[in-house]
Amino acid sequence: MSPSSQMQPGPEPAVKKSLLVVEHLTMRFGGLIAINDISFVAADREITAIIGPNGAGKTTVFNCLTGFYEPTIGRLTLNHPQRGRFMLERMEGHLIPAQAGVARTFQNIRLFGAMSVLENLIVAQHNTLMRASGFSFAGLIGLPRYSRAEARAVERARYWLDRVNLTARADDPAASLPYGDQRRLEIARAMCIEPALLCLDEPAAGLNPRESADLNRLLLDIRNEHGIGLLLIEHDMTVVMGISDHIVVLDYGRLIADGTPEEIRSNPAVVRAYLGEEEDEDLPEEVAHDIDVKREDD
Amino acid sequence: MEYFVQQLINGLTLGAIYGLIAIGYTMVYGIIGMINFAHGEVFMIGAFISLICVMVLGMFGLTWVPLALLVTLIVTMALTAVYGWTLERIAYRPLRGSPRLAALITAIGMSIFLQNYVQLLQGARVKPLQPLISGGFEIMRREGFVVSLSYLQLFIWILTLVLMTIFTLIITRTALGRAQRACEQDMGMASLLGINVDRTISLTFVMGAALAAVAGLIFLINYGVIDFYIGFLAGIKAFTAAVLGGIGSLPGAMLGGLLIGLIEAFWSGYFTVEYKDVASFSILVLVLIFRPTGLLGKPDIEKV
Repeated sequence: MSPSSQMQPGPEPAVKKSLLVVEHLTMRFGGLIAINDISFVAADREITAIIGPNGAGKTTVFNCLTGFYEPTIGRLTLNHPQRGRFMLERMEGHLIPAQAGVARTFQNIRLFGAMSVLENLIVAQHNTLMRASGFSFAGLIGLPRYSRAEARAVERARYWLDRVNLTARADDPAASLPYGDQRRLEIARAMCIEPALLCLDEPAAGLNPRESADLNRLLLDIRNEHGIGLLLIEHDMTVVMGISDHIVVLDYGRLIADGTPEEIRSNPAVVRAYLGEEEDEDLPEEVAHDIDVKREDD
Repeated sequence: MEYFVQQLINGLTLGAIYGLIAIGYTMVYGIIGMINFAHGEVFMIGAFISLICVMVLGMFGLTWVPLALLVTLIVTMALTAVYGWTLERIAYRPLRGSPRLAALITAIGMSIFLQNYVQLLQGARVKPLQPLISGGFEIMRREGFVVSLSYLQLFIWILTLVLMTIFTLIITRTALGRAQRACEQDMGMASLLGINVDRTISLTFVMGAALAAVAGLIFLINYGVIDFYIGFLAGIKAFTAAVLGGIGSLPGAMLGGLLIGLIEAFWSGYFTVEYKDVASFSILVLVLIFRPTGLLGKPDIEKV
């Protein structure tokens, strides 16, 4: 950087606020150590990617975060920008999304297939509606307070349908949507709980390049417009390198690197973890890119 | 023809009772995948609470029938719902996540326990109640055969219809109903959306018990005698109704209840009264062999 540019009063470097603090997270299943003493910080308003070869323990981290597993050791602190601090590992499963504002999508999509697309988004606003309706009984009599709450819920659902381009399919059963649409609907549903942290488990899996590019845009928009933090597990390196602000690399349950995409790309430990194994699809971007170029040539 | 119409009326009344109980079976099965065999006993407890309530109201001099019935209905639904909630809380919730067989055995255990509990507290003799609602319409009359629709039967139909409508509205329109349907499909995911799964399951038991309580009240005022053992047969018949309609399906439970009621009434009317139970249970066997999903049920795909 030249001295002259240092003189310029550039944009103030935003002070990073930590949203999720993972400390010494360890998860054992009997004798198997799925994750071993992992610590990292995910900042607010940033996209943090967790990458690593298959079986590295990425999804286990998610399961600990969302209350599916109780960590053997470790602390998971979520600093909600409005609601304060939550110790996730001590919370009951359903309170993690309801109070701490942690939303999650799955690698194998878990929509409510028999419900309509719109209803999938309204069910995610259950707690707001429950409170407004006085445990549903007021809703039955049709109190205006409830109808207003419901109207707001539908409005929010419509907004997200519009964001993921599914407005036309609002009344179809969710199971009838094509794969790519189901993935976007799952993200929309997660956003309907108004999360502070959105955890996405391989959102780009099975998407074609165009859908994948759309997804990148959607995730960046969510970060920029809604000001929340995203935690992303992803194998597709174009997605990871393209949109992440921060990358955490796991291998065999241990944390082997933690830094910006540029740092990760040149980190020898990461390269070893990826290239040390044969036939691994999770390649650094350069390699993945080369292969893509070759494929296109074919 | 007259005879047919009369049996139709009787069958619909019987069907209302079975339908109301069957809803409890089907909802609990839908949400946690277990047959709550103690549900028949919840119905029996509902009948006893109604009887006690009517007696107590009579003691306080409240004998104006419509008001007495309304108070009894509300008190019975509320108290029986507490039984339903307690049953789930102490007997089933600790077993959540254990094999289905464990929950099933517990259900049978609770059923035996509740029967003996009522037998111990209320005695084994049948308890009579003088008719609360008498009189009726004469619909048809020919050669000395009178087809009548009693005010009591009309009351039962209207009550059942109103309750089933309210109930359907709860399931389809309210946040609670939506949460129940979500839990039915994927409990883990429902929890990840902030739905309190345990509370939703509790409320399902509460709703099922409240409807069974109404069935108990109807049974009491329709037949006029109850004992601690009525829950067994009525429970199994309602279970048959739920299976016939397609277990897990709400409209199925209502339809199945009506059909079982009608089958029983016509069988008793045209064949022999002694073998009416054989008729209902043969239906259960036939449905299980030829159409295990029931009339309105969806094929059960085991979730991975």
